[in-house]
Amino acid sequence: MALSGFFLMFFLVQHLTINTLSVFSEEMFNEVSHFMGTNPLVQFLLQPVLIFAVVFHFVMGMFLEYRNNKARDVSYAYNKPAANSSWMSRNMIISGLTVLAFLVLHFIDFWIPEISTKYVVGDMTGKLADGSFRYYHELHEKFVSPARVVAYVVAFVFLALHLIHGFQSSFQSVGFRKSNNKLLLSRLSYLFAILVPAGFIFVAVFHYVSHNHL
Amino acid sequence: MNKLTFSLNYRKPKSEYKRSEELMICIRYYHKDSENSKARIIKKSTGVKCRLKDWDTDWHKNSNRYPVKSSDPDHERKNKLLIEKVEAFKIYELPAQQKKQDFSTLLKSKVPDGELKNKWTTYKDKINLVNPANKRNIDVIVVGTGLAGGSASATLAELGYNVKTFCYQDSPRRAHSIAAQGGINAAKNYQGDGDSTYRLFYDTVKGGDYRSREANVYRLAEVSANIIDQCVAQGVPFARDYGGLLDNRSFGGVLVSRTFYAKGQTGQQLLLGAYSAMNRQIARGKISMHNRHEMLDVVIVDGKARGIIARNLVTGEIERHSAHAVVLASGGYGNVYFLSTNAMGSNVTAAWKAHKKGAFFANPCYTQIHPTCIPRSGDYQSKLTLMSESLRNDGRIWVPKHMKDVEGLRSGKIKAVDIAEEDRDYYLERRYPAFGNLVPRDVASRAAKERCDAGYGVNQTGEAVFLDFSSAIARYGKEQALLKGLDVNNTSVVTNLGTEIVRSKYGNLFQMYEKIVDENPYKTPMMIYPAVHYTMGGIWVDYNLMTTVPGLYAIGEANFSDHGANRLGASALMQGLADGYFVLPYTIGDYLADDIRTGPISIDSKEFDEAEKLVKERINKLINNNGKNSVDYYHKILGKIMWDKCGMARTEQGLKEAIAEIKQLREDFWNNVSVPGQENEMNTELEKAGRVADFLELGELFAKDALERNESCGGHFREEYSTPEGEAKRDDEKYTYVSAWEYTGQPSDAKLHKEELLFENIEVKVRSYK
Amino acid sequence: MNLNLKIWRQKSKKDKGKIVDYPIANVSEHMSFLEMLDVLNEELVSKGEEPVAFDHDCREGIFGMCSLYINGEAHGPDRGVTTCQLHMRKFKDGDTIFIEPFRATALPVIKDLIVDRSSMDRIQQAGGFVSVNTSGNTQDANAIPIPKENADLAFDAATCIGCGACIATCKNSSAMLYVSAKVSQFSLLPQGQVEAKDRVINMVNKMDEEGFGNCTNTGACEVECPKGISLDNISRMNREFLSANFGLKK
Repeated sequence: MALSGFFLMFFLVQHLTINTLSVFSEEMFNEVSHFMGTNPLVQFLLQPVLIFAVVFHFVMGMFLEYRNNKARDVSYAYNKPAANSSWMSRNMIISGLTVLAFLVLHFIDFWIPEISTKYVVGDMTGKLADGSFRYYHELHEKFVSPARVVAYVVAFVFLALHLIHGFQSSFQSVGFRKSNNKLLLSRLSYLFAILVPAGFIFVAVFHYVSHNHL
Repeated sequence: MNKLTFSLNYRKPKSEYKRSEELMICIRYYHKDSENSKARIIKKSTGVKCRLKDWDTDWHKNSNRYPVKSSDPDHERKNKLLIEKVEAFKIYELPAQQKKQDFSTLLKSKVPDGELKNKWTTYKDKINLVNPANKRNIDVIVVGTGLAGGSASATLAELGYNVKTFCYQDSPRRAHSIAAQGGINAAKNYQGDGDSTYRLFYDTVKGGDYRSREANVYRLAEVSANIIDQCVAQGVPFARDYGGLLDNRSFGGVLVSRTFYAKGQTGQQLLLGAYSAMNRQIARGKISMHNRHEMLDVVIVDGKARGIIARNLVTGEIERHSAHAVVLASGGYGNVYFLSTNAMGSNVTAAWKAHKKGAFFANPCYTQIHPTCIPRSGDYQSKLTLMSESLRNDGRIWVPKHMKDVEGLRSGKIKAVDIAEEDRDYYLERRYPAFGNLVPRDVASRAAKERCDAGYGVNQTGEAVFLDFSSAIARYGKEQALLKGLDVNNTSVVTNLGTEIVRSKYGNLFQMYEKIVDENPYKTPMMIYPAVHYTMGGIWVDYNLMTTVPGLYAIGEANFSDHGANRLGASALMQGLADGYFVLPYTIGDYLADDIRTGPISIDSKEFDEAEKLVKERINKLINNNGKNSVDYYHKILGKIMWDKCGMARTEQGLKEAIAEIKQLREDFWNNVSVPGQENEMNTELEKAGRVADFLELGELFAKDALERNESCGGHFREEYSTPEGEAKRDDEKYTYVSAWEYTGQPSDAKLHKEELLFENIEVKVRSYK
Repeated sequence: MNLNLKIWRQKSKKDKGKIVDYPIANVSEHMSFLEMLDVLNEELVSKGEEPVAFDHDCREGIFGMCSLYINGEAHGPDRGVTTCQLHMRKFKDGDTIFIEPFRATALPVIKDLIVDRSSMDRIQQAGGFVSVNTSGNTQDANAIPIPKENADLAFDAATCIGCGACIATCKNSSAMLYVSAKVSQFSLLPQGQVEAKDRVINMVNKMDEEGFGNCTNTGACEVECPKGISLDNISRMNREFLSANFGLKK
């Protein structure tokens, strides 16, 4: 879980960086997107690895949840878990499944059309009919609907909750956390878990707001 | 009753001698201790011979009592020599003989000959061993998994024996040894302060008030160093200094620092060490561990201990287990007092069953009562908690001088801090100006009892005295303030600084106190009261740690051997591990060497049938009794009798009453006790009932032993045998012996056997604290 | 004070068990929790009913025998204490108190509030030891100096009393804190190095085999541990486990 988690966190940073470009420069965003979308190394090595990581993280998460539930055959009549642990740490499965549900939406929104354009239709140009790159345009158009924006924002809040625990937990699981760095790790965890999803939210909201202006 | 005569040393029937044959003349000493005791005859050769025809059979009727007739040419010289021999015998040997005649010939301590310091080594060299291949065919049962039982199980299994270990707890790690706080003594002399094996031996014998067996104690001191090496090798995390070497602390009653410790949890760490050594053997299949099993009888076949009857506490099943030898490591019997610092389940059952099957019980009356325990808060109290003796280094003990303050405290109108300095009675400092609050455990305990009996107890139950740290806080605070250049007269600064120092020394104890009593001991004085916490008495064992039943061994607190009448701090852990790791595994080989051809012991013999039947009958009796009182009801009454009459101070009158009352209580118990539930299931009340039934028998023997010992020594204090100032008066002349009791059907009928204690390497001195 | 106790009663391993209500009156705030149960049991016995079975022994927080889940928390609402050290002053008059056994599939109930913790022993048997025989000839205790810091950390880990509160508290019934305490103790001492690799692998495998759950780092165990065993130990064990599995350890 921790290793796939690390990879996914790394991916999130990368994804956010590119997304943020869209706020600052349409041109740069398009270029980077095109590179990512057509570079064989990214497409045929990193992308499968990423998909594997997502699937692995998800399957292992479900398996863990199953095993862990099985480890207690009779549950307590009265339990007070909030006395000793955070909601985030106990409900990774909920935040995780929410993020997974979001991923389905996200795939429908972006990944499936993208793959279909590139590999089913066979259009590797990344251009629209007018010759300009399609990436920024596609992104921008997605955030017209407030419902989608709300869905994205909610999902990112859950992602934040998932990360608050996931970040520091990963370090604990690989044995990196020690008495002298645990405070730092816990702070970094919050920092990461708030900044990254906030970044995504910012991008989504930015595009929504910019629509209304135009 | 006692006669000194001459006799001829016939080596064949008288009629077969010729009249002219020469025979050796002997001094014949005939002795009877009392009317009922068996006579003993000592014959001693004089080196003088005479012909049969010259022997005067009626010599004692002669006025000069010459046994050689004048027909012997050398009769004058011979008769003169004989008279001289008798006189010499009377002067040099008779006193020793007369003293000795008291002592039992049944109790063979088997202490090897030779110089004290070589005894153990020489003995080990000569002892019989069992060859490794044969060890596989030999089973040993160990009852109990504390330091002694755990370490013995592990070591015996390492040696190759098949070990079956039993404990009533749910895991061997939960034996009461784990609760020991202070530390473990060892003559390592790491501090270079002059410690040695002899010094540890000397301190232990002296601390035990000269009532322990020299050779055993010396051996204990000798192997103590090995214990530390062994434990460190096992990964026991002892405290270390900044150089990475082992740290030591000093304990009461000694002049050197020889106590190794792991914060306040030394017992825990040592027990977990033994537990890990056991785990290794359990994994190898060499120990078969029986958790939640209670031994209910020992089975004796052809005079040898060959197995036990145990109850599976989960299913209630009565099981038979056989072995070539049985080792009891079942701990002490402090719970006979109901309230003690022992674990709730600690019991005498295993030891008592062994006693009833022939093992002599030694010195039951030697009980150690620890002065610094948290007092009882009410009748519901189940258990007393001990706090380390080290608190007395800085705490001052007091009660109010005036009754009105005592009443105020009890009614809650005033608090301890409200009582002015001049209205406080620092009774230890008053009575023992030289030692003050640091008098030995027994003295401190008795002094507290004396004040409380006089009505000055400071809590609701009237059984508590104050242990006050305010002076220490002020003293340390001033010291710190001076060091730091702060205002020495600023009370709050001084108090804060002092509190920090006290916290660093006793923080964990203070925290524990606060958790239990809910008072802040930094601000208000602690309340303490003495409590029973260790029993020096136990099953009698010889040098091999074997009881009077062949093949039955007793180790650790369950035996009587090493602490005499009083145990020094940090010595219990040492003894448990010494017995289990380094003594028993050797000495048991000497016995088992004869068993290599015996083969497996059958559990279908009539002895097993008989033992099982008795165990079942007793359980059925308890279950079907349908009485009206709970087990605890009886245990509490017994505890009160024991505490009031066989506690810190005993009197002849009180002990006699105790014997009668316990007997009566026992009868009442068997008529009116109520044990709900069934025998074939987990039944905690039934477990308790069985244990209390045995305590009700032991208690009586305890009182009988205390009554018999007309002296005060160590953990046994008889008010009649004390100085006017209340100091203990030992009687070495009459009581330098071990009282070993033989069961004959009733605790009150137990028969006393005395083992003489000889001190050849130590001068017997009077303990004094003035 | 008067209390309403809701206690888990279960006749035997096979019985289904249920919560039974027991009102109890005149409880003194100075009583320990177990003494309160003693009083209840005394009452039950006097009525001819079967007393509530619960594990207890030393009553000073060191055996690790007591194992009650009180009002949704292992060893009750107080921190740094076992059930026997919990006092009634932590409760108020009129409170309802749920008393349940520690729950985990690997810790089955034997009767009422008593659970079978032999699975925890078996984990120790899989490697919780240093293989040294009792010869009397082991090297001198001071032959290898051990840095005080490591000795202290090893001690802190070794103070685990094996009560199982961590397992009972963990939402996954994971025994990681318990196992890691032993692994840590030995991994911090030179004596434990020789078998370090096998130890961590065997103990972790045994833990999985016994049916304990996996650690998801909620940290609940550390909070409820009566001895304050630190989560650092789990991290240390993870480190040991990974390096043992990836061949970084000899």
